[in-house]
Amino acid sequence: MSSIGTGYDLSASQFSPDGRVFQVEYAVKAVENSGTVIALRGKDGVVFAVEKLVTSKLYEPGANRRIFTIDQHVGMGVCGLIADARQIVDIARREAANYKSQFGVKIPIKFLNDRVSMYMHAYTLYSAVRPYGCSVVLGSYDPEDGSSLYMIDPSGVSYGYYGCAIGKAKQSAKTEIEKLKLTNMNTKELVKEAARIIYLVHDELKDKNFELELSWVSKDTNGLHERVPEHVFLEAEKSAKQAMEADSDSDTEDM
Amino acid sequence: MSLAMNAPIASYDNMCSHDWIDAPHSTGTSIMAVEFDGGVVIGADSRSTTGAYIANRYADKLTKITDHIYCCRSGSSADTQAIVDVVVYNLNFHATELGEAPLVESGAAVCKELCYNYRDSLMAGLIVAGWDRKKGGQVYSIPIGGMCVRQPVSIGGSGSTYVYGYVDANYKPGMTQNESVEFVKNSLALAMARDGSSGGVIRIGIITEKGIERHIFEGDSIPKFYEG
Repeated sequence: MSSIGTGYDLSASQFSPDGRVFQVEYAVKAVENSGTVIALRGKDGVVFAVEKLVTSKLYEPGANRRIFTIDQHVGMGVCGLIADARQIVDIARREAANYKSQFGVKIPIKFLNDRVSMYMHAYTLYSAVRPYGCSVVLGSYDPEDGSSLYMIDPSGVSYGYYGCAIGKAKQSAKTEIEKLKLTNMNTKELVKEAARIIYLVHDELKDKNFELELSWVSKDTNGLHERVPEHVFLEAEKSAKQAMEADSDSDTEDM
Repeated sequence: MSLAMNAPIASYDNMCSHDWIDAPHSTGTSIMAVEFDGGVVIGADSRSTTGAYIANRYADKLTKITDHIYCCRSGSSADTQAIVDVVVYNLNFHATELGEAPLVESGAAVCKELCYNYRDSLMAGLIVAGWDRKKGGQVYSIPIGGMCVRQPVSIGGSGSTYVYGYVDANYKPGMTQNESVEFVKNSLALAMARDGSSGGVIRIGIITEKGIERHIFEGDSIPKFYEG
């Protein structure tokens, strides 16, 4: 980053002469240092999978989760600074609850995505604040509208996706996701693929320990976002580990 | 001298005995809505009164909220018009934000919120009805006090009290559009015949995916029943 030290990176409210906002780009860096988060949108639902890095053996298992329920029908996976992300989760939950009380029906995810995007974008406009150091993925299933998936980055830009990956290993995760025929797959298949991808992209040398987090929202869960049941989780984890072993076996054969 | 002074005061007193001078405009009313497969039929009489005086014999109590959501108004004309104005503003804004037509349920929820929050100062009994792509034809009743409940058929206004029995006896689930129109026409005709504050013409609206189709029945085309 050649522009470091030129004085244009100290405030989110100032452009650099070539039209960039460096504070936002640094926020993106914060996201890229975080454990990988992927979300896959299939024909009947969305699956979230998170590689939650565990930096100390002294932490309790299940602490600092990175998958949240925003409303009954909406899940959110977060990547980046966890404290920043929790504020986004809180805002999203308030938006969803307000919508319900004002309009009597659950919030359409498209609308929620718009609102949260606008909120994150507002933090890239003023000198008194810094942008959020997190990206979030929002997923939902609706009997009428089907499944939908959105990702918002620290600039406040968001897109709809069939499958998305953020964090450390987003590149290799995206390559894996692109191999899948997402629109033909159901959530049961997607959970296994998601777990496999997280295990595959995890860098054992740099980050020793991690916890896998899996959740889904689908037709089978009656449109409710929930953590996958234990037996599904264990099975997905087992087959992910098997796939890893098979992979490393074939590597040795090649040599 | 004193007599001359008294004369105009006496006539002023006489004028005050006409309640239309200071009685509020109200739609002492008969309104109704019925769900059918694919839409709703809404209906209303057209009498608007100030006390015993008919202020308007051709009033329109079927008021548009959005293209696919209408409101049948009863109670104070001013209050119900003001509520609908606020709801229209909110729902139009909501529609542009959402990028699609609001749900009938949402329209009813916004009406209910106003009717409930200002229940001590309002005189309004509304029936919100319409069509949306999620739940099709829907009727929501919002009586005085600000409750909101979905009903397959709903009646309201002062005239409704005379026809509860008729509606209970004659409503059949799964009626067609035409059967629903006839049912609403007959119920309203009976209500208008017995209720002094209802009358004039019968206005009917049929709301489906295509929008609203409006009809007016007046004079001989209003169904006749026993009038003894």
